[in-house]
Amino acid sequence: MHFWDPRIEEMPLEELRKMQYRLLKTLVYRLYSFSPFYHERMREQKVHPDDIRSLGDIGKLPYMYKRDLRDNYPDRIFTASQDDLVRYHVSSGTTGKPTVVGYTQADLNNWTTSLARGLTSCGLGRGDVIQVSYGYGLFTGGLGLHYGAERIGATVLPTSVGNTERQIELMQDLHATAIACTPSYLLHMGEVAEKMGVSIKNDTDLRAGILGAEPWSATMKTRIEEGLGIKAYDIYGTSELSGPMFCECSAQKGFHVWGDLAYVEVLDPETGEPLPSGEKGELVITMLQKEALPMIRYKIGDISSVEDEVCPCGRTHPRVQRISGRVDDMLIIRGINVFPSQIEHALMNIPEVGDHFQIVVDRKGALDEMLVRVEVSPEAFSDKITDLMKIGKLVEHRLRNSLNVAVNVELVEPGSLPRFEGKAKRVIDRRSL
Amino acid sequence: MDESQFIIKQISVFSENRPGRLAAIAHALEEEKINILAFSIAEANGFGVVRALVDFPQKAYKKLTGLGFNVAFTDVIAVKMRDEPGGLYEIANMLGEGAINIEYSYAYSGKDGAVLILRVDDAKKAITSILSRGGTLIPSSTFQ
Repeated sequence: MHFWDPRIEEMPLEELRKMQYRLLKTLVYRLYSFSPFYHERMREQKVHPDDIRSLGDIGKLPYMYKRDLRDNYPDRIFTASQDDLVRYHVSSGTTGKPTVVGYTQADLNNWTTSLARGLTSCGLGRGDVIQVSYGYGLFTGGLGLHYGAERIGATVLPTSVGNTERQIELMQDLHATAIACTPSYLLHMGEVAEKMGVSIKNDTDLRAGILGAEPWSATMKTRIEEGLGIKAYDIYGTSELSGPMFCECSAQKGFHVWGDLAYVEVLDPETGEPLPSGEKGELVITMLQKEALPMIRYKIGDISSVEDEVCPCGRTHPRVQRISGRVDDMLIIRGINVFPSQIEHALMNIPEVGDHFQIVVDRKGALDEMLVRVEVSPEAFSDKITDLMKIGKLVEHRLRNSLNVAVNVELVEPGSLPRFEGKAKRVIDRRSL
Repeated sequence: MDESQFIIKQISVFSENRPGRLAAIAHALEEEKINILAFSIAEANGFGVVRALVDFPQKAYKKLTGLGFNVAFTDVIAVKMRDEPGGLYEIANMLGEGAINIEYSYAYSGKDGAVLILRVDDAKKAITSILSRGGTLIPSSTFQ
């Protein structure tokens, strides 16, 4: 077992909790005293730093939302002066105004340390060649992984996104042993490689993928591991937390959230009550050491569960399971949680269907029925009914596999499903409960 | 022999199975003054495929794709058929003997007699097979 910092990573749980409490207490005092934003929030919530007497008291503190960053665009929540900032990153702004995040040198160090621990925990280090195929630039993925990989003494191949054929050539020529990118990009790479006559499994030295930045299912993980002959490690983060931060270890039982850097709560999305270890709910994260842009009880909107017991790898820090979706769009179909993101994922991998889809949920008698309407891509259109029925069956089959719930599929004319400029509304729920 | 003179471009249009879709297709063709010479609809669960021989297939393709329809060209052949008992048997038998599989077909009764439109697995082979057995094919220039 490899550790980057065994003293922290194997710290007994009780000691870790004491450390977290100390960090939280300092954070709350600092923000109450120096941040007008947090001061006001805490006054509104009628909570004073003195009210925080245990780690459990974190529940008394107000939440923070992405809209807080938007409302205070670009940097009104920052608690470091511009002189102390060493970097900015900016989100893509797909759901409205972009959000700006800033970093002090200490913030960057913590970010890099977090990734150094994670990359080490999945067996990477000196001698490895890590191809970073996340986007570089305003997006946090590329630079985040870049510095993390350099820190552990690996050789970085900063290919960024795109120019896939060249990426595959370089992967072969420079003997990349690991790749960091989105799972869907890696699948795409596998397809392109195949067209070039290259088998990633047999013709490259690739043995690990550090994959994240989008929700992906366990079935997809298996497909990647078997198809490409590598280990697929989940990595998690958002720009508000710094960027990609938390990575699975060699045990592959969820990503370790380093307790000295972040405190994670899992709450019932309805009641806001904390849920016990292993139960699925909404992740709320407090960054314990951020200087430039502190985050207390940040509601990311992701759903998952956390495991508290010590990992088989020996690390004591809690492990968060694969993100199963977003709070704002979860559907419950016959008792099974279904996320449009899962459907989107399954559909994205079927070239016969277009990019747009619609989900219609009905209740027939006592049972929920889900219909997914997809557009047939012009390339896949055939005048033979049997060919079209095959496409329908294929889509049904793929969706059933990834959702574990039966789905009816309807093929519709291209362009007939609604398009959205802002956040897409793809679900029509006609159930009256 | 140049078999290609007998290969006709049929347009095939994907259509959802709901009121007004055929009307939309027909109206679009009317607007372009395109005449439909032969026509059929194949239907499945929730959708259909409209297949038609028209006098200006390229124009029809452009118009319909412009409206967002999924349109494809399919190669078909048209065989002149005796308009009396045994007419269909004669042609089907020619294809059977030639070991040609019929994917689908539809018929219409034209001004000069009955016509069978066929989509087969191998159009060129079907053409030689029919001609060598004394059948009559209608050249595409008759339609388009």
